[in-house]
Amino acid sequence: MKAELREALANYLTAIGDDELILAHRDSEWAGHAPILEEDIGFANLALDELGHASIWYRLAAELLDEDPDRHPDALVFTRPASEFRNVQMVELPNGDWAFSMLRQYLFDASEQVRLSALAASKHPELAQAAVKIRTEELYHIRHTSAWVRRLGLGTQQSNRKMQTALDLLYPRALQLFTEETGEAELASAGLVPRPDRLLASWASQVSEELIASELRLPDGNLSTPAGRNAHTSHLEPLVAELQQVARLEAEIAW
Amino acid sequence: MVTGQPPDLDRVWEALEEIKDPEIPVISIVELGLIRQVGYTAGRLVVTLSPSFAGCPALDVMRKDVRQRLQQLGEESVEVRTVFSPPWTSDWITPAGREKLRGFGLAPPPRHAGDLTAVLQQAARCPYCESQDTELKNGFGSTPCRSIYFCNSCVQPFEQFKPL
Repeated sequence: MKAELREALANYLTAIGDDELILAHRDSEWAGHAPILEEDIGFANLALDELGHASIWYRLAAELLDEDPDRHPDALVFTRPASEFRNVQMVELPNGDWAFSMLRQYLFDASEQVRLSALAASKHPELAQAAVKIRTEELYHIRHTSAWVRRLGLGTQQSNRKMQTALDLLYPRALQLFTEETGEAELASAGLVPRPDRLLASWASQVSEELIASELRLPDGNLSTPAGRNAHTSHLEPLVAELQQVARLEAEIAW
Repeated sequence: MVTGQPPDLDRVWEALEEIKDPEIPVISIVELGLIRQVGYTAGRLVVTLSPSFAGCPALDVMRKDVRQRLQQLGEESVEVRTVFSPPWTSDWITPAGREKLRGFGLAPPPRHAGDLTAVLQQAARCPYCESQDTELKNGFGSTPCRSIYFCNSCVQPFEQFKPL
């Protein structure tokens, strides 16, 4: 693989790893606060899975960059300034209410379904193998979150209203998962990653079917083009500060 | 490895049989199907391990346990490699391992031969009374590999080792 492609692919993997890491952090914030014990455990598990997946993407990025795969992920997570994270804004937003958190997780899980299915055919064999592995685990996520979308959408007037409010906020932001980043067109031409416009089409058709069946209305009208992955909300910096707080106390500590 | 002698992989496998899953201490990592390959490469003992769930916090403990146990055998240079291909599946858990899970109160994962979606529709079989009149209470449990069920027949909750 050419040097430019290696670097672009490492950036791509870091970006999707950042999505998983930041969402894992938000999910973990439900521990001890979810409405019922089972769901407390549910979000803790989702967090753990997404964290594991982030670590797989970071390791793959490390190998492409000739970095040490055991050390590079920690460096990315614990020493990188917030401004260098490449996650989408949707995952850094505070948890809000139960409807917001669950719908966010669902929209993200659905994007993972389409992305991982496409990445399973990547011409970078290690990436294709990791995608196959992660996709089977993700079946548990989408089963859980789509059941909740149905339950809340079809539940009471109040639960439906809260879901609709969450959807109006989240849907336009979810489109950021499919923006085309620098070098991504070249990666797609080389068969290494899927084309984002195709992912978007397949994601949009899947989620609209589920959301309509849950009696939720998709936002109408023209949605503005989402920002690139360099743009963050004011919520990321405090999150990263908390995430790195302990590691920064003693930079050279052995875990 | 003693110089000049052929490597004895049987005793390596025997030692690995003694290493238990830190979260399910009745079953060994060999019975779980996590160890894919054992062999020497340029004088170095290489153990290839296929993780069950990618985010499983027990993975690092198992890697450390493997290294320590094999160093006790006198192996100075041990490498534990993690591979994702082919991806680990619960179908690789041995029949003996399945019985141990059941004895531990964990319903063994049904075999699915690659069709996980179909098997996810089925109710788990209660490890205590064998009834299939059970309900999924939560797809997630106390560890990444467990789901929580309730048995309507013997009226008690139980956990299932998730099919993957």
